[in-house]
Amino acid sequence: MTTLRTPDPPVAPPASATRVRRRDRPVGRRRKSQPEAFAFLTPWLLGAVALTVGPMVVSLYLSFTDYDLFTSPKWVGFGNFAHMFGGDDRYLQSVKVTLIYVLVSVPLKLAVSLLVAMLLNTRRSANGFYRAAFYAPSLLGASVAAALVWRALFMGGGPVNELLAFFGWHTPSWVDDPQFSLASIVLLGVWQFGAPMVIFLAGLKQIPAELHEAAAIDGAGAFRRFRHITLPMLSPVIFFNLVMEAIHAFQAFTPAFVIGGGRGGPADADLFYTLYLFEVGFQDFRMGYASAMAWVLLVVIAIVTAIVFRTAKLWVFYDDAEDKK
Amino acid sequence: MIALPRTARSFGWHVLCLVIVAVVLYPLVWLAFASVKPPDEILSRLALLPTRFVFDGYTKGWEGAADVGFGRFFLNSFLVAGLSVAANVLSCSLAAFAFARLKFRFRGALFAFMITTLMLPYHVTLIPQYVIFQQAGLVNTFVPLILPKLLATEAFFVFLIVQFMRGIPRELDEAAIIDGCSVYRTFWHVVLPLSKPALVTTSIFTFIWTWNDFFTQMVYLNDTEKFTVPLGLRLFVDTSSESNFGAMFAMSALALVPIVLFFLAFQRLLVEGVSTSGLKG
Repeated sequence: MTTLRTPDPPVAPPASATRVRRRDRPVGRRRKSQPEAFAFLTPWLLGAVALTVGPMVVSLYLSFTDYDLFTSPKWVGFGNFAHMFGGDDRYLQSVKVTLIYVLVSVPLKLAVSLLVAMLLNTRRSANGFYRAAFYAPSLLGASVAAALVWRALFMGGGPVNELLAFFGWHTPSWVDDPQFSLASIVLLGVWQFGAPMVIFLAGLKQIPAELHEAAAIDGAGAFRRFRHITLPMLSPVIFFNLVMEAIHAFQAFTPAFVIGGGRGGPADADLFYTLYLFEVGFQDFRMGYASAMAWVLLVVIAIVTAIVFRTAKLWVFYDDAEDKK
Repeated sequence: MIALPRTARSFGWHVLCLVIVAVVLYPLVWLAFASVKPPDEILSRLALLPTRFVFDGYTKGWEGAADVGFGRFFLNSFLVAGLSVAANVLSCSLAAFAFARLKFRFRGALFAFMITTLMLPYHVTLIPQYVIFQQAGLVNTFVPLILPKLLATEAFFVFLIVQFMRGIPRELDEAAIIDGCSVYRTFWHVVLPLSKPALVTTSIFTFIWTWNDFFTQMVYLNDTEKFTVPLGLRLFVDTSSESNFGAMFAMSALALVPIVLFFLAFQRLLVEGVSTSGLKG
């Protein structure tokens, strides 16, 4: 991130240092391992091998098998993947629901968090209070408790229904309606705009005020300054938030589980990808199929991240990269 | 706009901010009042304040389910979250010290690998991990929830602490080494105490994330006896009868209390932590 501190440069060896040490030192990369290093690294290395790399390899293998946890895996080649994309309607539904969720909630959340961050980017008093209040849902919102509240708020006859009816818009019970159910989950996601907002705010504070002042003197209005100063200067932060929020949104689970009543909601309208994966793996014990689903998720996230990184050259502006153009 | 006097603009700004505060905090305030409303008023009246205060929800909800009280769920949650915090702080700071300060082969490659695991969806390792714990007879215990933290699988925190340790002046540990300190003592007596802010941030976020975690706990815990708070609340997921609403909202409100307290106590630190490291809430 922009605000991370860079490591201090290594201290130059004193002139009196011996020849041998001197040759070793300057670059500092080529020195051989310190024996203590591995003592410090052991827990992490164990975890990386036994809980990350090992399981990844195993789950890749399992994705080509039928496996129910109790009998040994049976090789089925690409059978699981073929079934996913030709024949499993609930799988395709879960893909659709998740894509809609990602495509709607991420831009909406980023837009709200950017607007509020710009609102808070002043020196007025009480700023800290507002910032803290807006941030609170980011900590609370991921819980089952918050999702239960959300479900009640959007239930038939609940506060949201009543409020909208007051303005003359009569909606069905959001959580029970296939059209509205996903929308309520999107709103629950947007409610947690505080975390990206705080990151935006840190980015906004680093834009030199002179840029805005100079543009204003040259006659640029608020919108043009936003378009031609704020957005480009903030683009690395937007990029970071976009990647993180998208990765996050693909894996959303708790709100879909709770608001969908544990079963994917009305007409599977809330059947998120991870929810279906959970059902397949831990209720039906089709663990080969669940592994295959997990790998498809990994590949999709990798592709989306790669696309965002690729297009970043077109729209992310780095201060220090000017001469590379 | 520009012609408006400063006080007027400032007033407008405060009004706008307060409106947003009202919208953002409404669900939480609503929950607090819903937990003390008579059941038939919870959904039917738009007004926040109840006509009379009723605490039946708390007494009824506290009874829990299947002869296991909700207090037990809270104890379990505190146990899991507390052990997770200790495990995470220890293992992540050990790994972070190696990455930030020590020389070893493949350091660059291993660091890059660690950063990559930040983006890895948890689900690709989930099933084999489950199989391992199942074979070891550890399903339905807290071990699968805590062991991964003891092995520093949460790369986020390793990264956070590495970044912090890199900012600590190297002269300090070099002076300690020259004075005859071993690497271990340098870590324990010099670098670790100086990393306190990063360790506190790690502790708070580990606690909150573990407290909120639903997926892993649902996968690994089956007995009501072992249930944590989110699993206790899950029993209300199918609830649509008004008679259970009181208990549901009372327990939901209680479930949020520890996070709210943490937030009030460490608010500044949390927000700073997010803005400097890009931590997710």
